Amino acid sequence: MSPAGRPPELQGRAVPGIEHEILAQLQSLFKAKLLDGRVVRPRLVEIAIDRSDLLAVCTFLREALGFEHLACITAIDWRDRFESVYHVSNYYNGCVVQVHARIPYDDPKIASVTKLWNAANYHEREAWDLMGIVYEGHPNLERILLPADFKFHPLRKDFAQEVDRQYISRRKLKGGK
Amino acid sequence: MSVPLVPSFFESCRILTVAIVWVVNLIIRAIGVVIPPFNDLADWLASDSVITVLTWLVLMTVMLVWTALFNLLTVMWIERKFYSRLQDRYGIMVSVWSLPFWPFNRRKDRPTHKGWGYLQNVADGMKLLQKENLTPASADAAMFHISPVLIASTTLLIFVALPWSSGFYVAKLDLSLLFILAAFSFAPFGILIAGWSANNKYTLVGGMRAAAQLMAYEIPLILCVIALVFFTGTLDVFAIVAQQDRHLVSFGSLGIPAWYVFSPQILGFLIFTVAMVAEMERIPFDIPEAEAELVEGWTTEYSGMRFGLVFGFKWLRMIAGAALITILYLGGWSGPVFATIYIGGIAIPILPEEIWFLLKVWLLCVVIVWVSWSVPRVRIDQILKIGWRRLIPFSLLAIIVGAGTRALGWY
Amino acid sequence: MNMGPQHPMTHGLWNMKVKVDGETITDAKPEIGYLHRGYEKIMEVREFQKNVVLTDRLCYVSSITWSHAYCLAVERMMGVEVPERGQWIRVVALELQRIASHLMWLAAYGPDLGLLTALLWSLRERELFLDLIQLMSGARMNQNYPRVGGVRNDLPDNFEAMCKRSIAHFLEKLDGYEKLMHESKVFLMRTQDVGRISAADAINWGVTGPNLRACGVNVDLRRLDPYETYEQIDFEPQIWKGADGGDSYARFVCRFNEMRESCGIVLQALEKMPKDSPFRTKPPRRAEGDGYARTEDSRGEALFYVIGDGDDRPYRVKIRSPIFCSMAATPIMLRGNKLADVVAILGSIDVCVGEMDK
Repeated sequence: MSPAGRPPELQGRAVPGIEHEILAQLQSLFKAKLLDGRVVRPRLVEIAIDRSDLLAVCTFLREALGFEHLACITAIDWRDRFESVYHVSNYYNGCVVQVHARIPYDDPKIASVTKLWNAANYHEREAWDLMGIVYEGHPNLERILLPADFKFHPLRKDFAQEVDRQYISRRKLKGGK
Repeated sequence: MSVPLVPSFFESCRILTVAIVWVVNLIIRAIGVVIPPFNDLADWLASDSVITVLTWLVLMTVMLVWTALFNLLTVMWIERKFYSRLQDRYGIMVSVWSLPFWPFNRRKDRPTHKGWGYLQNVADGMKLLQKENLTPASADAAMFHISPVLIASTTLLIFVALPWSSGFYVAKLDLSLLFILAAFSFAPFGILIAGWSANNKYTLVGGMRAAAQLMAYEIPLILCVIALVFFTGTLDVFAIVAQQDRHLVSFGSLGIPAWYVFSPQILGFLIFTVAMVAEMERIPFDIPEAEAELVEGWTTEYSGMRFGLVFGFKWLRMIAGAALITILYLGGWSGPVFATIYIGGIAIPILPEEIWFLLKVWLLCVVIVWVSWSVPRVRIDQILKIGWRRLIPFSLLAIIVGAGTRALGWY
Repeated sequence: MNMGPQHPMTHGLWNMKVKVDGETITDAKPEIGYLHRGYEKIMEVREFQKNVVLTDRLCYVSSITWSHAYCLAVERMMGVEVPERGQWIRVVALELQRIASHLMWLAAYGPDLGLLTALLWSLRERELFLDLIQLMSGARMNQNYPRVGGVRNDLPDNFEAMCKRSIAHFLEKLDGYEKLMHESKVFLMRTQDVGRISAADAINWGVTGPNLRACGVNVDLRRLDPYETYEQIDFEPQIWKGADGGDSYARFVCRFNEMRESCGIVLQALEKMPKDSPFRTKPPRRAEGDGYARTEDSRGEALFYVIGDGDDRPYRVKIRSPIFCSMAATPIMLRGNKLADVVAILGSIDVCVGEMDK
């Protein structure tokens, strides 16, 4: 049982115009590393980085800007590269930053952010399970939704879709013939 | 003030036995016309010693049917109907009109399954009878088979000494209260054996919880009885009820009866009732059989009529517990009003003692069921905390109050 | 010790491995995935609108909220603006579905603690709202009601009258339930101080929704990140005020009071709705881009991230389920409690396995 500490003092409402400030701060700190940065709509900032800068950006977001809530980690298979999208949200001002981290196709590894946000634990396991991206530094990277001995990563584009796929026997799914 | 319908159960059974033997003897003497030795058989059957033995058998059968058939069915029906009405639904509705044979299948244009629901429990019992009695392969077979028998037989043992009126009893013992409490306390033993012998983690946990809970609540039970004995001076239930069969305060022919619940023993009454509800393993104290966590608790591995026995005897223990509370605190079978008409010296009961007793017991069961189905379940460590840390000091207080008021002559 | 996957009182199909020392829990490890249906993969094969049938069944107890979140994400990707009446109708549908979902939770939570009467009473009240939803959309569950660009049909004529009557009746009954639960000593004994999680832990592990508000954190996505017409509605997010939040009782109270708030929102929405305005626009067939929407689902933050590549089907759909993250936080809530409390704690976080396992 965790002891009941003091909950943070929150306004509960979004601060208008904050997204431009946040984008400006990110751009000023990570000038060249930001491959793409824009304000999509009020309360949503989108940036794209390479996978090596992930921990730096995330640490800055969490420690300096107060983005304490990791909402989601998405793994995308773009056929020529992978992408790991992080939606981080700020409870103090209601802003969300969408971080696209690009991963080369033949080396699907990226650093894990579980040390910053424990919420990443299950999301990264799911991304590994369904897409096959390895999160280095994850405390326990094993399959979460599929059975432990499943051989494939089904969300990849080279795993046949249901309309293209005839019945696959269980033996074949486990890697046999 | 009130008079039993059956002044002497033994005599009534004796008359019944004599009648049965007489009918059987008619047949035997008819055969004896052809084969002479049968006449000796008829004479032997009609002799006093045989009649006495047969009377005891008939007596025990009648008491068994009365308790474990009629009363059990009625209380089960009361509970199921009552709590389903609490839950805003109709409840069990299978009655005689659902039977598929004449004369009950004449209701062609009216609903057949919308009756009072009394036969539902009979139907459930028959369903359980025709199910397979499975024994888990890795269970301790001897203990597994013995424990339902143990629980059932010790519960029925209570009714040997528990009278239903001043004439309707099996045995009149001097220390009947002690005997009843002892038979009541056999249950944790049987439950623990049942839970352990099934070789299942969950039933073992349920059995141990049951043993801990029942043991913890025996103590306030007995302490309250001790407090009561200061007032009654005897452990004989007949004497206890006889002492309550008078008026405390009279307004003409009506008045407040001298039941022990209206005396300083009220605290003992409350403690005794709470402890008894815990002994009966009803919600809020039904952690041993907690459906939420342990499926059926210690009875999980039982199937068929073994389960039926164990399941049904929970209600029988409820009847025994309610009967005990009634006898000790609520005046037993003495009715304060509408008691008797004396016509020419013969007392004719309007509401005889048996009816009073049944009314009180069934009403108490209704109250227990009402509470049961309105509150959530208490956790096992909280149950034990209540038992050891709250009920025992209060029952000690009840003893002090009882002894004190008696010594000071206030009561 | 295994609790589940076949267990009468863990609602849904999942397993909890609990390490016990006597009666006290030392560690817990949830095992999920028994209901994994491969949603994200199969949603890539169907057109945008046809996926609403699937998203309904993600959490079948509160289906409109999930389909609405998906439609919102697709609309943001396409840049489609829902007309005002459509937005108001969506708000009404969402709040009715929220009440129905919370009543289902209450119906499951009472028996967890041993209070079997709560099951029947809550389901009886839920019938009122299922009838309203049926009047509105034609089905009681899995209604296929939200559309990309609005809703499927307008509210029928007698909806407002029937809604007001049902809500008035329900609010009366809620007072009765308060007496049954809030003031019952045994209930307080079973839920207070049980399954505590601190606010910092909750935010760190991604717990959202009523579970987070019970820890005292003032976050309600309808206020913090408003969507539809929630900015024009006056309601109060139910936050636990007081020092000792984060236990099962706080979660219970927050969810219970949310039902009352939702009734108020529905009545306000029926007043403020424009009477003649379209309820639906036609979205484009093909779309490119990415859209992301997060809504306050009955259980927490439901997030959809939809990517289109110019085809009439999505390229990738990501579903973020609030229970998926709360499940990661359950070991914290369970450690140090007794074995008999497992069901009480897990019931109070309102697990719906359909959305957890996708």
